[in-house]
Amino acid sequence: MTRRPLLLWQLIGLFGLVVLPWYAIEDGFWNFEWLFDGYPFDSDYAPLLFLFLEGEAPWLWPTAAFLAASTYALGRDKIDPAYATTLLLAGGGGFAYVMLQGFTIGIDGWEYQVLNDLFGPRERQYGMGYGALLIMGGLFFLFTQGLAARGAVNGDVFVVGSISLIVAVVAIFIFFPVFHILISAIQDNDRVYSLTAFTGKMFSAKIWGLHCLTSTRGCGVAWNSFVLAVAVGVGSTLLGLAFALIATRTGFRYKRGLRVLTVLPIITPPFVIGLALILLLGQSGVITGFLEWAFGIHPTRWIYGFPGVWLAQMLAFTPIAFLVLIGVVQGVSPSMEEAAQTLRANAWTTFTTVSLPLMRPGLANAFLLGFIESMADFGNPMVLGGNFDVLSTEIFFAIVGAQNDQGRAAVLALVLLGFTLAAFWLQRVWLGRKSYVTVTGKGDAGVHVALPRRLNWLVFGAALPWAAMTMVIYAMIMFGGFVKIWGRDHSLTLKHYIDAFGVSVGDHGLVWFGGAWNSFWTTITIAAVSAPLTAGLGLLAAYLLVRQRFTGKHVFEFGTMLSFAIPGTVIGVSYVLAFNVPPFELTGTGAILVISFIFRNMPVGVRAGMASMSQLDPALDEASLTLGANSWKTVQRVIMPLLRPAILAAMVYSFVRAMTAVSAVIFLVSAEYDMATSYILGRVENNDYGISIAYSSVLILVMLVAVGLFQLIIGERRIGRRTRDSEPAPTAILGA
Amino acid sequence: MSSDLGGQAATVRFENVTKAFGEVVAVDGVSFEIEAGNLVTLLGPSGCGKTTTLRMIAGLEMVTGGRILIGGRDVTLLPATDRDVSMVFQSYALFPHMTVIENVSYGFVVSGMRKEEARTRARQGLELVRLVGYDDRLPSELSGGQQQRVAVARALVLEPEVLLFDEPLSNLDAKLRRRVREEIREIQQALNLTTVYVTHDQEEALAVSDKIIVMRNAAIAQEGAPRDLYERPSNVFVADFIGDANLVDAEVRRVAGETATVSIGTVEIELPARGIAPGPVKVAIRPESVRLSDPGDGLAGQILKAAYLGDHLEYTVDTPVGELFVIDNSVGAPRPVGSSVSVAFGTRVALVPSDD
Repeated sequence: MTRRPLLLWQLIGLFGLVVLPWYAIEDGFWNFEWLFDGYPFDSDYAPLLFLFLEGEAPWLWPTAAFLAASTYALGRDKIDPAYATTLLLAGGGGFAYVMLQGFTIGIDGWEYQVLNDLFGPRERQYGMGYGALLIMGGLFFLFTQGLAARGAVNGDVFVVGSISLIVAVVAIFIFFPVFHILISAIQDNDRVYSLTAFTGKMFSAKIWGLHCLTSTRGCGVAWNSFVLAVAVGVGSTLLGLAFALIATRTGFRYKRGLRVLTVLPIITPPFVIGLALILLLGQSGVITGFLEWAFGIHPTRWIYGFPGVWLAQMLAFTPIAFLVLIGVVQGVSPSMEEAAQTLRANAWTTFTTVSLPLMRPGLANAFLLGFIESMADFGNPMVLGGNFDVLSTEIFFAIVGAQNDQGRAAVLALVLLGFTLAAFWLQRVWLGRKSYVTVTGKGDAGVHVALPRRLNWLVFGAALPWAAMTMVIYAMIMFGGFVKIWGRDHSLTLKHYIDAFGVSVGDHGLVWFGGAWNSFWTTITIAAVSAPLTAGLGLLAAYLLVRQRFTGKHVFEFGTMLSFAIPGTVIGVSYVLAFNVPPFELTGTGAILVISFIFRNMPVGVRAGMASMSQLDPALDEASLTLGANSWKTVQRVIMPLLRPAILAAMVYSFVRAMTAVSAVIFLVSAEYDMATSYILGRVENNDYGISIAYSSVLILVMLVAVGLFQLIIGERRIGRRTRDSEPAPTAILGA
Repeated sequence: MSSDLGGQAATVRFENVTKAFGEVVAVDGVSFEIEAGNLVTLLGPSGCGKTTTLRMIAGLEMVTGGRILIGGRDVTLLPATDRDVSMVFQSYALFPHMTVIENVSYGFVVSGMRKEEARTRARQGLELVRLVGYDDRLPSELSGGQQQRVAVARALVLEPEVLLFDEPLSNLDAKLRRRVREEIREIQQALNLTTVYVTHDQEEALAVSDKIIVMRNAAIAQEGAPRDLYERPSNVFVADFIGDANLVDAEVRRVAGETATVSIGTVEIELPARGIAPGPVKVAIRPESVRLSDPGDGLAGQILKAAYLGDHLEYTVDTPVGELFVIDNSVGAPRPVGSSVSVAFGTRVALVPSDD
C-alpha cells in the first residue's frame, strides 16, 4: 500500500514514454488531429519510444534510461537506503536532464555559441508536449518520493510531493519569466549582453525625466505612475475610511446598500469605469453637453490625462479600500473607546487619540493596496490616458506598437516591478507585525462610540456624492449599450447587442453571427478551466502553510504570494519573453492564458484557504492521523469537506477575475484565443463605444449571476458549531 | 461491560527523549517505562512538557533526540499514521461533517475495511461507552459529555496498543468530570488497555492512575504510585503540587533506624527518616494533618482567617513557624478570627529532601 504512489508515477511516466507525442503539437493543446496524421511514426508526433526506435533525437534517449532505472526501487523496503538513493538519482537526475537538454537545444539548434563550437551544429527541436510533460511529472514525483523516504517532513509522501510541486510550478511560471525580464533588460536588440544599452534605457529621460517641473513638457513615465499611484492611494484610503466609518459608526439607514460597494470591484472589468467616464465627461459626454448648453462652457479634452485616470482609478479602487478598512474599523474594540470616555475624553478626543491611532496600520495597508492597484492598472490609462503615459501602458506600446523593443519593455517592466515589490515588501515587513486588532472574541460587549459631529458632516459630505457618482456610472454602463451613437444620436436601439450577441436560425440550426460570441465563449471556457486549478493550487499551498512545518516555509509563503505584487502587464511581458521559445513553447495557445490566470489569482486561493483553514481545529487533522489515515486521506476526507465554502469561494473568485482581467491577457491573446476584455478594448480604441458598453454590461451581468449563485449555495451550508462562521469574505486583491 | 473488544496492550518506553522547538526545549532527556495494561498519568503545570510527551507517543511530534519504543518496537521515526496508537483530544476533534457512526468507524474505513463490518465494530464501541441509538446524529447535536464518549469510542474501537488522553475532562462541568473519569478508568481496566493520560488536575490524576509521572520544566520531577507521591514527595515541587501542603522549615534532631525525630518550632514529632541526615530540613504538612485545640501544649497560634465550606472549615493560622493552612472537620465548633489556639501535627507530615 505504501508502494502505490511509486508504481503510479512510474506508470504515468511510462504512458508518456510509449503513448503520447514528446513534442508539443503545433495546432494547440486540445487539437487531436495529430492522431490521424502520421502518429505515431511521424517524428513531430512520435512518442519518445518511437523516436528511439527510428533513431531520432538521440539526445532524448537518456530520459527513458532514467525512468527505467527508477524500477530498481520497486521491490525494496522504504527504510532501505537504496530505495531513497535510487529515486533521488533516477528521478532528480532524469528531471534535471530533461530541463538541461530543453534549455541547451532550442529552435535554432544549440542555444549557446560555446556548445556549437564544441560539438558542431545540431538539429533544432520544438517545445515539449504531452509526452514530455508526463515523463517529467513522473520523474519529478519519483524524486520527491525519494526525498520523503530520506525523511523530509516526517517522510510524508503527499506533503513532500505537494511542497515540491508548488515550488516547481512557481519557479517555472513566476520566477523563470521574471528572470527572463532581467535577461532581456540587459540585452540589446540583437540579443547581445550590453550594460551600456541597459543603463541607457534604464536611466533615460523618458522614464525618469523631470521636465514637467520646469517646462511644459511631460515628466518621465515612472514619475507619472508614481504620482498617480500616491494620489490614488491617498484618495481611495480617505474615501474608503469615510465609507467604513459610515457603515460602523453612524445611524445611516442604507448601510446594507454600502455592502454592494464591496461586490462592485470584483465584477467590474477595470477599464469599464474609464469608459463610463468618457460617456459622462468626454467631449460628447452627457455632463459636458449639459454644461455647454447651460453655461456655454466649451467642451475640452480635459478628461484625457491625469484627471481622468485619477478619477477612474479612484472610482475603481475605493471599494477595495473600503473592504480593507471596514475590517479594521470594526476591529477596534468598543470597550477601548468606552474606556477612553470613562476617563473623561470627549467624542473628538476619543476618536483622535484612541480610535484613529488603532486604525493606523489598516490605513497604511489600504494606502499600499491602492498604490499597487494604481501602478498595475492598465485598462484605465489605456482608455483615458491621452498623452499622460504611465509605466503599464508604455510597456504595452513598447512591445506591441511600432517600436517592438523588447529590451525597453523589459526595462520598463523592471521599474514597475521595483515599485510594486517595494510596496509589497513594505506592506509585509512593516505592517506584518503591527496588528492592532483589539476585538478578542471574548464577549466584547459595548457599542461603538458615535462620531463627533464635525467629523460626521465631513464623512457624509465626502462619501455621499461619491456614492451617487458611482451609481450614475453604473447606470451609464447598463444604459449606454442601448443608445445609438453616444453624444449625437440618443435614440434607443438594440443594434449593439445584436452586433455583439446576435443569434439567428439558419439552415443548419443556430447561427451565432454576433461578433462577440467567439471571445465570449473563449473567455468562459478559459475562466472555467482555470478556476478549479487556481483554487486547487491555492488551497493546497494554504494547507501546507497552515498545517505543516517545514524548513523554508517563509520563503515558500513569499513565493506563493509574490504574484500578488507583480502587475499584470509585467506578467504578460515576461510570459511573452519566456514562453515564446522551447522548451516551454506556449504563446498563442489557450494554455498560456490558463496558466497566467492560475498564477495571477493563486494568492486569492492561498489567502482564502489560510483564513478558513486556521479556523479548523488542528486536532481534527491529528485525530485523523492517529486513526490511521495518511495526510492525503486526511485532506480528502476531513479537510476538503470542511473547506467546501472556501473552495467554492476561491473558484468563483478566480472565475470572475479571469473574466475581468486585461493587463496580462492583452499580451497573450491570439486570433484563435481572443478574450472578452481584449476584444472590448480593441473596440474602444476604434471609438466603438456602443458595442463596448453593451458587451461590458453583459459581462457584468454574467459575473453577477455567478457571484449570486455562489452566495445562494454557500448561504445554505452550515456544518457544526466549530465551523459556523466561515462566510467567505471577498479578499481585496490587485486589479488586472 | 462485556465486549469483544480487547487491547493488545503494549509497553511504552522513552529512552532519553528530547524535543526542541527551535531554541525552546520542551522535553529534555526524559526516560520512563509504562507497563502494559497500566494507566499512567502525565501530570504537571502548563508548559511542563506533558502534552508534548503525549504527542510524541502518538507520533504527532517527532523527537529531536532519543528513542521511543512501543511494545518493544522502535517507533521513533514512524509518523502517527503508522503507529498503533489512538488519542482522545482535549477538544474531542470529532469530525463535524460526519455522523456519530461515521466518526467512530473512520479509522476502519480509511484502512480499507468494508463499510458494513466497520459499522458493526463501531457499534460495539458505542455500546461500550453506553451511547446506543445516536448513530445518525451529528456531533453538534450531542451534549459535551456525549461528544466525549464518541471521541473515546472512536479511539477505543481500533484496539490500539496505546490509548492516549489529552486532558479529556477539561471541557466538562465539575459534576460530570467525576463520573466520566470513573468510566474511563472502568473501561481501561476492563479492556486492559495501556493508557497514557495528561492532566494538570492532581486530584484527577490521583483518582485514576496506576502510576503518576509528575513533570516540571521539561523533565520528570517524580514518578510513582499516587500514594507514594502524596505521602513521600521527593522534592518541594511535588509536595506542593500534589495536594495542598504547608512547607515549613524544621530540623532533624536525630535519626534512629528508619525513624527521625524532627522539631517543628517547639514541637517534636517522629517521622520516617527517608535517609535524611540530622540538620535543617523542609517538612510538608498536609492541611488535614494540622490539629487545632484550645491553648495549651503544642505550638501557640492565632486564627487569621476562617472560611466555612459546608463539610469542613478552612483556617489560616499564624504560628512561630509561619502561616499554616488548616482543614478542620469539626464543623460544629468554629473558631473565631483572632482567637488563640494550640497547634499539633498528625501523621500526614513528610520530610522533603531539598531540591539540590
